[in-house]
Amino acid sequence: MTGDGELAANDGGVVSRLPATPADRTVAGRPTRRAVIEFFARRYGIPRATFDGYSLWEKGAGRVWAFGGDLQSPQSVEALGLPVLRVRQDHWKPTTDGAQRFGAAATRNVLTVDRETAATFFRGEDQSLSWDGDWGYLFVATDLGVLGVGLYVHGELRSMVPKGRRRDLR
Amino acid sequence: MTEAVTDDPLSRYVDLVEDVAAFREACERSLPSVVRVNPLAVADPSRVVEVYEDAGITVDGLDWAENLFAVDCDRPGNTWPYVHGWVHGQEAVSALPAPVLDPAPGERVLDLCAAPGSKTTQIAGLQGDRGTVVANDVNLGRLSALRSNCDRLGVTSAVVTNRDGRHLSPSAFDLEAFDRVLVDAPCSCEGTVRKNPDVFADWSLDYIDRIAAEQRRLLDQAVSVTRTGGTVVYATCTFAPEENEAVVDAVLDRGDCRVVEPEVPLTHADGVPRWRDRTFDPAVERCVRVYPHHNDTGGFFLAELEVTG
Repeated sequence: MTGDGELAANDGGVVSRLPATPADRTVAGRPTRRAVIEFFARRYGIPRATFDGYSLWEKGAGRVWAFGGDLQSPQSVEALGLPVLRVRQDHWKPTTDGAQRFGAAATRNVLTVDRETAATFFRGEDQSLSWDGDWGYLFVATDLGVLGVGLYVHGELRSMVPKGRRRDLR
Repeated sequence: MTEAVTDDPLSRYVDLVEDVAAFREACERSLPSVVRVNPLAVADPSRVVEVYEDAGITVDGLDWAENLFAVDCDRPGNTWPYVHGWVHGQEAVSALPAPVLDPAPGERVLDLCAAPGSKTTQIAGLQGDRGTVVANDVNLGRLSALRSNCDRLGVTSAVVTNRDGRHLSPSAFDLEAFDRVLVDAPCSCEGTVRKNPDVFADWSLDYIDRIAAEQRRLLDQAVSVTRTGGTVVYATCTFAPEENEAVVDAVLDRGDCRVVEPEVPLTHADGVPRWRDRTFDPAVERCVRVYPHHNDTGGFFLAELEVTG
């Protein structure tokens, strides 16, 4: 392999296993399994072993799925496990459902907020907020656990809760 | 025998229920709002009760299931346990088939008519999300609800497919057979009258005949794709014996499955051995009929089959 120039383009309609390493890559721009696990470990402190029982797949443009089942080569399926991460963009973004499922193991870049702030967040609203940690995508948690993903920039927490998941908790 | 068209379909079943007045009265009442605790998100159901009660919401456990709770609020979806993925709003009686299917961690399970996913997610929960649940539905329009429920409840072991269940083959998944198959069949939904009072607006014997033919083919396929010794659970939310005992009676003609008497923890009646001018295999009496007045739920039918060869 000499680079992406010799690689196939991603077909978003097909579910494909992530290559273990760059040397195994056959589709341009597809992240490796190792890179995804390193991302969750470095940014959120999620132990690498958390994903031991899961295969990782790409379906759609840069949507990474964690599959806990044991099918070897599923074909023409609508979904395979849980979407956990959006790649193929400058900053990888964990999904709300992935954050809820795996976020309990996170040790950093977790912003725990009171219920009122969490309710505003879960309505999909942005809000001013001070946070000493990194900018970028954070796990937003209540006293009950991780609730979703927010983008923290310029003293503002922007809600990344998808429209269909938003609720008014007042 | 030709049956007269009726504007009161429930009158067909008064000879099947012991307490007709209670049956009629229950069918008129609306259903309690019930949530099922998602074991993938919260291990101890009492945590859910605590959080609801902290919010001033009254919660009552159901005496036949430790993971089901009636919650006294208009919008259970707009509560903290819901948005954290701790609970799923589910009609209580529809939580019955998954425990009867009794999937073990690691097993390959097929949910043939899966949308919107209440039972898929319950199956995955019973397996501790270890195993594989092929969640199929022929109706493309209902797949988004199936997918979003699986995602919201954190299920990683489900494979969602959009195929005609009458022809779904395990070979499409590199499998020889499934360990267990749930057929939560499309039906005339008479038992959902408490949730949907308009259910009888489109009711017709013609529809029952047509849907029964489809149910027979779905159940036939389910038995075909299940390994010897495996379990098939057939369920509907309707009272019509044409869609229930008659469908089970037809699959018994294959000679490679038998009806098992399931363990069900709630009040119920036995399957009916005859209906109109038809007499069924006596084994259908092992099936389970749940009427709305039995446990303050919707109506339900369930059969457990063991595949014998």
